[in-house]
Amino acid sequence: METSALKRLQVQRFKPEENPEIHYLNSERGLWSWLSTVDHKRIGLMYLASIAIFFFIGGVLALVLRTELLSPAQSFLDADVYNQVFTLHGAIMIFFFLVPSVPAALGNFILPIQLGAKDVAFPRLNLASFYIYTIGTVFTLVAIITGAVDTGWTFYTPYSTETGTNVLLMTLGIFILGFSSILTGVNFIVTIHKMRAPGMTWSKLPLNVWSLYATSIIQVLATPVLAITLLLLVMERALGIGIFDPALGGDPVLFQHFFWFYSHPAVYIMIVPGFGVISEVISTFSRKHIFGYWAIALSSLAIAFIGFLVWGHHMFTAGQSSLASMVFSFLTFLVGIPTGIKIFNWLATMYKGSIDLKAPMLYAMVFLFLFTIGGFTGIMLGALSVDIHLHDTYFVVAHFHYVMMGGMVMALLAGLHYWWPKMFGKMYSEVYARISCALIFIGFNLAFLPQFVMGAQGMPRRYFNYIDQFQPFHQLSTMGAYIMGVGFVIMFFYLLHSLVRGEKAASNPWGSRALEWQTTSPAAPHNFEHTPVVIHGPYDYHKPMSEFQLGIAHGHHGESHQPETLETVAETGTRP
Amino acid sequence: MAHSTASSSAPAHLQHHFVDSDQQFESSKMGMWIFLVTEILFFGGLFAAYIVYRAWYPDLYVQASTQLDTFWGAVNTAVLIGSSLTVAMAIRSAQLNQIKGLIINLYITIGLAFTFMVIKYFEYVHKFEKGIFPGQYYTYEGIAHEKANIFFSIYYMMTGLHGLHVIIGIGLMIWLLVKAKKGAFSAEYYTPVEITGLYWHLVDVIWIFLFPLLYLID
Ligand SMILES: [Cu+2]
Repeated sequence: METSALKRLQVQRFKPEENPEIHYLNSERGLWSWLSTVDHKRIGLMYLASIAIFFFIGGVLALVLRTELLSPAQSFLDADVYNQVFTLHGAIMIFFFLVPSVPAALGNFILPIQLGAKDVAFPRLNLASFYIYTIGTVFTLVAIITGAVDTGWTFYTPYSTETGTNVLLMTLGIFILGFSSILTGVNFIVTIHKMRAPGMTWSKLPLNVWSLYATSIIQVLATPVLAITLLLLVMERALGIGIFDPALGGDPVLFQHFFWFYSHPAVYIMIVPGFGVISEVISTFSRKHIFGYWAIALSSLAIAFIGFLVWGHHMFTAGQSSLASMVFSFLTFLVGIPTGIKIFNWLATMYKGSIDLKAPMLYAMVFLFLFTIGGFTGIMLGALSVDIHLHDTYFVVAHFHYVMMGGMVMALLAGLHYWWPKMFGKMYSEVYARISCALIFIGFNLAFLPQFVMGAQGMPRRYFNYIDQFQPFHQLSTMGAYIMGVGFVIMFFYLLHSLVRGEKAASNPWGSRALEWQTTSPAAPHNFEHTPVVIHGPYDYHKPMSEFQLGIAHGHHGESHQPETLETVAETGTRP
Repeated sequence: MAHSTASSSAPAHLQHHFVDSDQQFESSKMGMWIFLVTEILFFGGLFAAYIVYRAWYPDLYVQASTQLDTFWGAVNTAVLIGSSLTVAMAIRSAQLNQIKGLIINLYITIGLAFTFMVIKYFEYVHKFEKGIFPGQYYTYEGIAHEKANIFFSIYYMMTGLHGLHVIIGIGLMIWLLVKAKKGAFSAEYYTPVEITGLYWHLVDVIWIFLFPLLYLID
């Protein structure tokens, strides 16, 4: 039906206007127009601002921790404060920064444009998700001010039910946050299913959309389990219901099962969207069709699926039966396969491509390098006997940061630089972008490579002092953290400069074939002034640009100036 | 098709970012289905806890469930099933453009949901009088099992959360009623009625699992 419908569409070419006078940033003005907006692009930017703030707070906390660790003995933080600081660093970075980073911030901005839709399926729900996120953050900030939390971001019972700090408020905040994540997931799944432009078939979806699809599925299936877990924890503290409390007949390991049933898939919420960004960037800056489209698309779904079956690898030392541990270990190795498939496909995409090392591509390279290290060390931790030795050491900390920061944050930065012109219609300084990327790369490795070594030598995580033998490693690590900090400060300033007096960006500064580059920069209020019609995939660099700019003229509902055209659209069915 | 007349005015209920009413209806329905999946996983955590503790303390479950009133539990089951029927009839009325039927069926549904909550209230009060409170406040001595509080913690969590869903459902149905009286729904547009009905069926189905799992252990 779809092909026959396509044959009947009368399309014409719409060349995107350069430097449009009216776009989504200035079509309405004033603070209220932002706070009450249902435009997915503006909501995406509001998320972006929020996660930037939380990344800054979490980053400063990290620098505080690293500074304390410069010397083996206590310097300026006592043990309790140290516990609170690393808990806040972890909880803020994970729940307030990483989880919403690519899906809610970049995803909201780019997903409907990539689909050729005017908005997500439920724009008001989308705004509600943002406010739910805000309310959750307020709860947490209040918890920080009124006595912090010292349980670590994992909130393990029984300590979390007994400690005198404000666990109740903090977990409530994260509980609320979970709903924001769930609703975003629901919204994205429906959007991808129902809102695609004519001709945008499943086989022509950008890989970023496939990644967001897999991520949304995880968000929808895993987050409710976190919600009920945290609710039980809250009830445990408020009413002493005893489900996780051995004194009342409960079982604390059950909490770990519940928690990791969410939180292992959650690390895929934090990395799979990054894969999507990397696929887009590598194809665009290699000027080449992506290698293994379906392999990359389906491996995201495979990771999402297998990711639900491996949570037990966090409990190898928690008294889990050895049979269960063996199964979980095996399944953990299995996740390496789809991940490896992606990496090889990206490498194959670059092979014989005309590679342009602009800032987004640089970050994609950094991603490949760091994420591969993070992935391999993950396999090491998944091995039963090795894990006994490495469990709860800095090795785990380093692995996690290589995956989350070396993986997701680098992907986020790649995406941010890649779509920056589309967001703001401005270019940033390529020179400073490269300097900052280099500093972050050097600083990152300096900060976390030594942690692998000292972890393997037995330095346990979450300690505020340590024996002298580890001091050189800690000092290197702290040095690296400072260098990274400098890199981010430079980034802040050149992006700010770009916003204020950056050069105007062209509609398609990278020469990409993907749909989001076939509209104006910044994007039009409803993304496109026409209904885009897609006949080629987003990576078909062998086809001329004109064939990617097709569409049907349309008017908005109620102000249609060409009723005949509108009729054609309706009768041919615009949904694939 | 909504646009076949090609008039310059789209139907009032059609939001700007949808192409036509069908797309809007399908999207809303799919969104609700996915949301229901999250609800199942949400309750799934509690069902998992239920299963774990039942495997550990099977005789506790048998003993403790005798404290639950099977008769009123059965009445409540009938009440909820009845309300699922009336909500389905409400949707049917909307499809047939019988707005009066829609309003009457919504009234009955709200009444039945309210009845459910009243019965639940008396069940809770009856237990509180005996000292059957959740967790550490549990003081009842009539069950010869030291972990008796765990069963009731699970009982209160499950039925409490379910009750919360019933209350949310009542709120939604009142909202539908107000809109229906204003003439917002017709055979062309009844999406909110349809998806609230879906939600209500789920609330009913969860109770159908809770009733035998909690009341009918023997
Ligand atoms: Cu894991």
